Amino acid sequence: MTATKRSPVQTRSGWREWLGGFFTSSVGLKWIMAITGIGLLGYIAAHLFGNLKIFTGTDAAGNYYIDLYSEALWHLGGHLFPEGFLLTVLRVGLAAAFILHIWAAAVLTKRNRVARGSTRYRASRNWAASNYASRTMRFGGVIILLFLLYHLADLTFGWANPEFHHGDVFDNMIASLSRWPVAVLYMVANVALAFHIYHGTWSLFRSLGTANPRYDPFSRGFATVFAAAILVGNLSIPIAILAGWV
Amino acid sequence: MDLALKIWRQAGPDTPGEFATYIVREVSEEASFLEMLDQLNEDLNNQGEEPIAFDHDCREGICGMCGVMINGDPHGPQSGTATCQLHMRKFKNGDTITVEPWRASAFPVIKDLVVDRSPFDRIIEAGGFISINTGAAPDANIISVPKEAADSAMNAAACIGCGACVAACPNSAANLFTAAKMQHLNLLPQGQPERWTRAVAMVETMEEYFGSCTNHGECEAACPKNISIDFIAWMNRDYVKAQFKNVAKASQ
Repeated sequence: MTATKRSPVQTRSGWREWLGGFFTSSVGLKWIMAITGIGLLGYIAAHLFGNLKIFTGTDAAGNYYIDLYSEALWHLGGHLFPEGFLLTVLRVGLAAAFILHIWAAAVLTKRNRVARGSTRYRASRNWAASNYASRTMRFGGVIILLFLLYHLADLTFGWANPEFHHGDVFDNMIASLSRWPVAVLYMVANVALAFHIYHGTWSLFRSLGTANPRYDPFSRGFATVFAAAILVGNLSIPIAILAGWV
Repeated sequence: MDLALKIWRQAGPDTPGEFATYIVREVSEEASFLEMLDQLNEDLNNQGEEPIAFDHDCREGICGMCGVMINGDPHGPQSGTATCQLHMRKFKNGDTITVEPWRASAFPVIKDLVVDRSPFDRIIEAGGFISINTGAAPDANIISVPKEAADSAMNAAACIGCGACVAACPNSAANLFTAAKMQHLNLLPQGQPERWTRAVAMVETMEEYFGSCTNHGECEAACPKNISIDFIAWMNRDYVKAQFKNVAKASQ
């Protein structure tokens, strides 16, 4: 038979050798993506829970509950830690999870490109099982990352929001999201996020190897409900602000 | 029925290929897809043209030699069927059928519809076996196997190694093949002594040639043996566990 040439998808040398087999194997990288994904999903749920306080109005003294919530985040852990310490730890952990998730995705994408190579199907092909969400994970991930950078500049650091005042969470959100192009951007990005987590929440059980035929309907259902709840919750904020309900 | 066939023609591994269109007349509905290709090849022979090269052997769906993309579906439109067992009654008179080889960097085209699937052999060599003493046949049922393990191992062992999973995968991943070939041994008592070295060796050999799993499920849909992607999850679990088991073993 003719000897055929292949470019290896993966070779074990350099930094890969130093880091060890598991964390550089594709299965290991998917495991990293799943673990960091769980952290990010937990963060997304907690973030939404906090943000929904925009609908709870003010306390007797006239302070917005969402402003009090942001104040409380700075004092996480009470007097056990210096002010902002636990919040900073959480932020560093969150940033690390994001970086690992994106790094693993980039390495895997590169490998998959090599594996698919220049050998794409010349005729059109049918998709029998994949769905829109699963096929747009990389594309959607990039949209989410770009949105995240804007979101940080807009409501965390305030660079993109001329009326930003640190600590006035309620006023900052109203000022930002009552501009309709910004509100639309938030809505589009959150739709992309919902698709991303619809596939990711189901997929992570498989990457971790905890999938089981008995629980598969549960994990599919959980992913659907979770993605839908995050979508509805996140969309409700820009819609309510744009409509003047808060 | 009369059919138009748009078939990938490629003279060799290093020559560019292209689609060529052929007309086959009076194809029986009872013919298999490969018999229809035989009929076309007889016509081509009679006309003095080069017949179309395609892989085939048993023609009863158990050897794993055949397999082409038919109208964009690996093994054609009928699920759970290899190309040899796809019947022409699935098509209508006047249809145009596009036939393309499996596509992946690891599966270069040798000629026309024939691809080189030898990376699958490398994966099997790495760990898709058990080491036993040969000699007189052992007593049947001398090792007890739980019913559930036997059933599940049999489902995995149904893999015929045709490569449809790689062909179907947008990432050209061979996880379904590797998982099936690993788990049919890892689930059984006879597979236990080499279980953890097998998990690492097979996964790492697979990754030299193939992409990674993104859980689309296309492989499961394409598989002529309907092998479940649950085996991929179990392979992932064994690969993770193996990292700890092999370190623990090294200290013994």
